[in-house]
Amino acid sequence: MSEITLRINGKQRRVTVEGRTLLVDLIRDQMNLTGTHVGCDTSQCGACVVKLDGDTVKSCTVLTATLPEGTEITTIEGVSTGDLHPMQEAFSKCHGLQCGFCTPGLVVTAIDIVERSPDGLSASQVRKALKGNLCRCTGYQNIVASVLEGARAMGVQVTEEKETV
Amino acid sequence: MYAFELERPTTLADAIKALGGEEAQPLSGGQTLIPTLKQRLAMPSTLVSLTGIDELKGIKNEGGTLTIGGATCHADVAKDGSYPALSDLAGHIGDPHVRNRGTIGGSLANNDPSACYPAAALASGATIVTNNREIAADNYFTGLFETALDEGEIITAVKFPIPEKAAYVKFEQPASRFALVGVFVTKGANGVRVAVTGASEGGVFRWTEAEEALSSNFAPSALEGLSVPADGMIGDLHGTPEYRAHLVGVITKRAVMKAG
Repeated sequence: MSEITLRINGKQRRVTVEGRTLLVDLIRDQMNLTGTHVGCDTSQCGACVVKLDGDTVKSCTVLTATLPEGTEITTIEGVSTGDLHPMQEAFSKCHGLQCGFCTPGLVVTAIDIVERSPDGLSASQVRKALKGNLCRCTGYQNIVASVLEGARAMGVQVTEEKETV
Repeated sequence: MYAFELERPTTLADAIKALGGEEAQPLSGGQTLIPTLKQRLAMPSTLVSLTGIDELKGIKNEGGTLTIGGATCHADVAKDGSYPALSDLAGHIGDPHVRNRGTIGGSLANNDPSACYPAAALASGATIVTNNREIAADNYFTGLFETALDEGEIITAVKFPIPEKAAYVKFEQPASRFALVGVFVTKGANGVRVAVTGASEGGVFRWTEAEEALSSNFAPSALEGLSVPADGMIGDLHGTPEYRAHLVGVITKRAVMKAG
């Protein structure tokens, strides 16, 4: 067992974990933050995406004890305080989800995509950046629309283009 | 996952010491090893995490050679841009989340027959630097998931001479984004080198016949009529050996065209 101090959604937490404790299991089982989902558990689907020191990762494929002391972790619960984040509003408005299982990972990823594109964002860039997130309901059309809507709400210009799918 | 002891060294020297233990195995970004542990296909008694060792991270471009620390993640190589074909390759491994964790040293040590980095290392004539020696890429890849690394030896850096021209093209398996066939071509001080990944049951290989043809004329047309035999190519539900052999020719032409 090792002890490690992490900052989870802005709060400092001292945790005790086994060598094999996956980050997603710490988040869900020890922190009771069950918004982060376990979909495939094989690092493909992206339902478990969280941010580690500003970078998105699949938390089912990170051993908690390997993280540096003080690592900043942001889960879906931490994307906003109180009201919905503009990206969550956009997913709601544009019907960017059906069953909702993949949504936490998608919203965390979508916010990251927009934050990394201050100079503008197009639909094809969004599709490319969503490669690590699977949705089996929507066919992605409304997810892409949601991300672009969220981008507008976050003050990022959306570059119009004719999509060739 | 079976239980294991986890060591978190912060220096290379401590990592080497920890790897001296029985059934100890290094863990880098874990994007292959963690799924393997979950399936209980690997059961080390000790895992030695390399991601806390600062001296294994970072990218330096000096005198036409790009030196990348073994624990540098794909996203950092993709951002670097001083060897554009290599950054392009790194930026198309897996997906953005995987690229934030997976490392160049981990990929080369694993030597998956469909991984991208082995093609870059072999085609660039890179040097694999370990804790006790330097290994030329030509002597490093020894077969399917096999390398010249000894037990307890770890990749500390990879040195890439930056060629005049280079490009990587992969025909990707759309679900995994591993290469169904990937070809890295370079033209530079080492002449023309063509390395193929994803195709052969023996892992990455140099297509010497194509290298000879391209040496006198670095153009796709130089490859007309050349082909690799289907014998020894990977056959699975994604493609037959004949299909992969055909792709090697097509993708090599595209890589030469892209290198310009």
